Amino acid sequence: MKRFRRHGHESQRDRLKQELYQFSKTVEHGFPHQPSALGYSPSLQLLAIGTRSGAIKLYGTPGVEFMGLHDENAAVTQVHFMPHQADMVTLLDDNSLHMWTLRRHKGLSELLEIGRFMLMGPPGAPPSVTRVTAVLPHSSGELLLLGTEGGHVFVVEVPGFRELEERNISLDQVSNSVPVDYIGRRNLEHVEALQENPTNPSQVVIGYGRGLMVIWDLENQCAIQHIPATQQLESMWWTEDGSYILSSHSDGSYCRWRVGGQEETEEEEEKEKSDIPYGHFPCKAITKIVQLPTEEGPPFLLFSGGMPRASYGDRHCITVIHSKTHVALDFTSRIIDFFVIRDGLEQTGDPSVLLVLVEEELVVIDLQTEGWPVIQTPYLVPLHSSAITCSQHVSAIPLKLWERIIAVGELQKTHYSKKPWPITGGQNLGPDPPQRDLLLTGHEDGTVRFWDASGVCLYPLYKLSTAAVFHTDADPNDNLNQSAEGEWPPFRKVGCFDPYSDDPRLGIQKIHLCKYSGYLTVAGTAGQILVLELNDEAAEQTVEAKVVDLLQGQEGFRWKGHTQLDVREEPVLFPPGFQPFTLVQCQPPAVVTALNLHSEWKLVAFGTSHGFGLYDYQQKNNVLIKCTLNPSDQLALEGPLSRVKSIKKSLRQSFRRIRRSRVSLRKHHVTNSSKLQEANARLEAELAEMELAPVQRKIEARSSDDSFTGLVRTLYFADTFLSDSSHNTPSLWAGTNGGCVFAYMLRVPAVEHRADEPVTAQPAKEIQLMHRAPVVGVVVLDGHGAPLPEPLEVAHDLARSPDMQGSHHLVVISEEQFKVFTLPKVSSKMKLKLTAVDGSRVRRVGVAWFGSNCKEDYSESGLIFLTNQGDVHVVSLPHVKMQVQYPCIRREDVSGIASCVFTKHGQGFYLISPSEFERFSLSTRFVVEPRCLVEVPLHLDSSNPHRAEPGGATSAHRTTQHSEDAESAARCVMEHALLNDEKVLQEIQKSLEGDQTSFLENNVKHAVA
Amino acid sequence: MVLAAGPKRTEPSRMSRQLPPQQKTPIRLTDTVVEVKSKFEAEYRRFGLKRNGSGGFQEFYRLLQTIHHIHGVDVLLGYADIHGDLLPINNDENFYKAVSSANPLLRIIITKREDEPVVYGTNSLQRRKKGLGLTGLRTTGSGTIHSKSKSGLMIGPPQNFRQISSIIDVDILPETHRRVRLHKHGTKKPLGFYIRDGVSVRVTPQGVEKVPGVFISRLVRGGLAESTGLLAVNDEILEVNGIDVAGKSLDQVTDMMVANSHNLIVTVKPANQRNNVVHRESKNFMGNSGSVGSAGSTGSVLSHESPSPASQSNPITASSSIAEGDSEDEDDDGDIILENDCPTAYNPHLVTKRNSVKLNGESSCSGPHPSAVGRPLPQSMSLPSSIGASLGYSSNTMSGHNGSLASSSQDSMKDDGTELTL
Repeated sequence: MKRFRRHGHESQRDRLKQELYQFSKTVEHGFPHQPSALGYSPSLQLLAIGTRSGAIKLYGTPGVEFMGLHDENAAVTQVHFMPHQADMVTLLDDNSLHMWTLRRHKGLSELLEIGRFMLMGPPGAPPSVTRVTAVLPHSSGELLLLGTEGGHVFVVEVPGFRELEERNISLDQVSNSVPVDYIGRRNLEHVEALQENPTNPSQVVIGYGRGLMVIWDLENQCAIQHIPATQQLESMWWTEDGSYILSSHSDGSYCRWRVGGQEETEEEEEKEKSDIPYGHFPCKAITKIVQLPTEEGPPFLLFSGGMPRASYGDRHCITVIHSKTHVALDFTSRIIDFFVIRDGLEQTGDPSVLLVLVEEELVVIDLQTEGWPVIQTPYLVPLHSSAITCSQHVSAIPLKLWERIIAVGELQKTHYSKKPWPITGGQNLGPDPPQRDLLLTGHEDGTVRFWDASGVCLYPLYKLSTAAVFHTDADPNDNLNQSAEGEWPPFRKVGCFDPYSDDPRLGIQKIHLCKYSGYLTVAGTAGQILVLELNDEAAEQTVEAKVVDLLQGQEGFRWKGHTQLDVREEPVLFPPGFQPFTLVQCQPPAVVTALNLHSEWKLVAFGTSHGFGLYDYQQKNNVLIKCTLNPSDQLALEGPLSRVKSIKKSLRQSFRRIRRSRVSLRKHHVTNSSKLQEANARLEAELAEMELAPVQRKIEARSSDDSFTGLVRTLYFADTFLSDSSHNTPSLWAGTNGGCVFAYMLRVPAVEHRADEPVTAQPAKEIQLMHRAPVVGVVVLDGHGAPLPEPLEVAHDLARSPDMQGSHHLVVISEEQFKVFTLPKVSSKMKLKLTAVDGSRVRRVGVAWFGSNCKEDYSESGLIFLTNQGDVHVVSLPHVKMQVQYPCIRREDVSGIASCVFTKHGQGFYLISPSEFERFSLSTRFVVEPRCLVEVPLHLDSSNPHRAEPGGATSAHRTTQHSEDAESAARCVMEHALLNDEKVLQEIQKSLEGDQTSFLENNVKHAVA
Repeated sequence: MVLAAGPKRTEPSRMSRQLPPQQKTPIRLTDTVVEVKSKFEAEYRRFGLKRNGSGGFQEFYRLLQTIHHIHGVDVLLGYADIHGDLLPINNDENFYKAVSSANPLLRIIITKREDEPVVYGTNSLQRRKKGLGLTGLRTTGSGTIHSKSKSGLMIGPPQNFRQISSIIDVDILPETHRRVRLHKHGTKKPLGFYIRDGVSVRVTPQGVEKVPGVFISRLVRGGLAESTGLLAVNDEILEVNGIDVAGKSLDQVTDMMVANSHNLIVTVKPANQRNNVVHRESKNFMGNSGSVGSAGSTGSVLSHESPSPASQSNPITASSSIAEGDSEDEDDDGDIILENDCPTAYNPHLVTKRNSVKLNGESSCSGPHPSAVGRPLPQSMSLPSSIGASLGYSSNTMSGHNGSLASSSQDSMKDDGTELTL
């Protein structure tokens, strides 16, 4: 009977689950890890970044983002947009070429891979013959010139990737025409660079590794001019008027060559200018050189590298020379690539912005404002400018606080250029974010960064530094712009990536912001807890420090970790923003592992591996100190760096790394064999690995003397029924690593006596979970089974007041189980076992609210949690029933799992690399994902008449397609033509368009295929 | 019934429950009455006992408690038999044996139970489930000497052996597999084994296939796993508490085992397949388990090749008294809850909107929570009602996850004994 009833209930429940939950990874925030290639489309105004893991990311105006991933796990070495099209060619490490396009689908653009290609040499030829080293998308948009390691240039028709063998420029053809004296001395080596003549699309210059440059006529298949440079070639640039070619070389020199001079003239005359800019002593190579004219006045010359090898060989510089201004921009990491955006619709005007992709950040420099200031990027911001150590998400920020944070943030951004963001491609069609969300990240250098996490772009709002409170080793005079007068080269540091922390103790470990009161508490590595208040004015104040002894007289401990931070005694001038007014320092100064703030009661609770405390930040005194230490727990006592353990761990890790690399090597070698074989080989390798190095795990019941049982994992404030079911009182709950929950009853004086009457705490309950798993969360549910609201939430009318008529429940979340207890008498009511059933453990947990996407008024609260297997689950409240489960993070990605934070509305963030957050959503209601449209500018069709021309009969159809990219439009038309059997039409076209027919034919074939 | 015969110092008030006034009772014939001399610590009592009375052990136990004024003290009874050995009395059987062998005097030695390890065996009488730590005596005659000589041999009835492992589900498992249950209980012994990744060979229709598997890699000397003799190095682990481990990582399996360590049931494919269970055979090997050996689940062969002497000295008593279902839920609910109720510290300022309205009507949306209704003093919360409450509650609202339903009622029951007050 019951079973029948439940059955109906279940299917209803299943339907409800579909309305409430849906999992998707929506957008990646931050800066891509290990970028390896940069591309830019002036016509689309899009920026493309390829990474070493094979990802390709496109960015336009803020909110316009696309992401693609190559199936091959190879690094992207080059990215080129096809001129005037929405197509893009990528070259990977494994020598494969890929064609990507932005296609319109249901009103939005999406990035699709539409073709792949690998150059095939003649049978028996060495692989170097077809190893692509240079790619030139021809301005016609139909041809791709591929220079190879063997010195050949292959011509390939796109988008179909059809080799045009008859147009290939073989090494033999070129060397036959090279003057004898040159060829006699050396062979030409690989094709280093390919450039098209900006004024004559039929001319290209081929630069060979040895230095020889050959201007080749594509139409007539012959060499026009030879430029016999003698230094190893690094890059070439054909000036805009087509009259000069600039070449840069490995010895740090660059040369300017006149184009179109007489074949017979002497070399010395052609070589108009040669220079080693940072000369005299040996210099490093100039890897890229660009020269751009200005309307009036001298051109801009930009080049990367060329630094004197001995003294500045380790700098990553781009030199910009304009008129008398000469600056060597000194970047924070290796330069990947750079380009210049020019004024005007056609991007033919003055250079306006220099955009540099370095390994760890994207730097954009305004070349039109005095001093060439940096432009704040709206996306691609390096999250890891100092390593992220923790994060907190705060949903639905009240407008007032939001505006104040933005205002104080603006004051920090005065050194940025006022120029608007120059990359404006595409339209952001996404709806405005429903609310204002903040993501707070704590960093190793003691800063807390505030990010606008409401939408697709994670935009930096404000940066708080806590280091000013303490004396640190950092030299206060260590100025960033300390360039001395007359220094050569004229360095200027740019970029914000700075992974070197002055003092690791400053690292932020826990953050808690109360969005209603503007109080913030942050806690760090050396047991420091700061309480800060938002102040719109600068203020000079002394921060009162209070030392709290968490050992409480426990004997026989010797703290072997770091010392506590040294507090500045004198008043410190704090800039507008969050200003610290009180400081608690735990003794021993262990890492703060749990933190909570109750702004209504004005209390801060904090915990370390030794115990926890409660601090009254109004009266500035301690209310409670509790030592949770187990006397036999030596590890906790000695400090965070137990040497034995860490060495063992690091050894194990390095062995694993070695093993993994071996496996991947093996994998690499079998790429050519069939899929099945490859899979077999991989399994074989893995199995062999297992047999070689068995990893053992001990099976042992947890006991009370395991290490770190006293570590406080969670702290929670609740106004609930702790002593009897008729009177609710404030309470503090603490959960430890050893499966113990402590509850304290608090007495908080009424508001009018808050300043003078003491706050007291009395121990009320203690629960020792039998299974002893670490307690990672404590939540109290009200009479309706809903989690208690945050402090001040009700006072601000933002939450329904909790049902206080008794029958509250306590949910204790351990790593292994969810248990519901009754209150005030704690007795177990129900539970959900996790680990015992599927072997996974809770790593991160949060309370989230889920709204139905069908019924506007239906919503539920649930617990959202992430396991050590990388799966996200939702558990219902108050019945702790498993609702849904989705794989989210690879289980090996320990740092990703550890970094995960949940929002109150069923979204989450985790680090996919040190510099990137992946955003995911479990909610059907709250999904933040890019929705954008990129259209190919219409005027371009005139430059490619043959594309738009065919099928005049279908012009109406065509105009609707115009808004898509031209390529797919053309194909559509073509298909349409075929379907209507309009061969006649094509015949006419063929006769009309002469030599372009081959392209058309191919395209048709492609479309059929 | 039991008849007490003329004790020298009697307290009528105490005896009144079971005994008629003894002073008036005439002394019976010696063949129907046994003369009893009982000793507790330094005190002796003498009384008579009807030889073929129908009273059992429990009655006798209570009688002794009354006579010695030791109500509420947990004691162990022993008697000196005709050979002068000290033998335990802890059930009807050996009580009758003791009475019948009295010649003519029955010497009873009462010892306080001290520092006995917690024992789990089930018995209808809860107080008597603990082990008997009597030491055998080589007495010369009187049998009144009671010493705790360490070299002595432990003597006790089978139920006082601690069950540490059992082979279960023999009837439903393939012969090549073995399902072993390890009982951690109160022992100090570590579970004591390690697992590793490995390669398992499976025979499939496509031929022999190699798949990853989890194996026992090491047994800790003196650990529970080793002492059972049921698990060995290189045994493949197939299931943990009924859950297939295929496709699970080593760490996952480790966590599952640790989480189930209170009541760990592993299904293994022994590396040594020679000792596999053959149904209905060789029960003889269960010699040690004597009386209990329950059918069906005990037809297993202990690996007699096992080098560990422990496997001999810890016989497996395979008593299937604990049903799998309830022990599964019971296993880890011994959460210790310390409550320090301080009813005074209550601040009227902070109590928000608390009305003295009945709850029943209002909390309809999330199901009734009658456990807190109409109970002004939570300290005196009566347990049965909370069980009823949680049962009713869960049956109404649970959406069909198995297991927890039963567990919730179990939880409440278990909490009965664990509440302590600071």
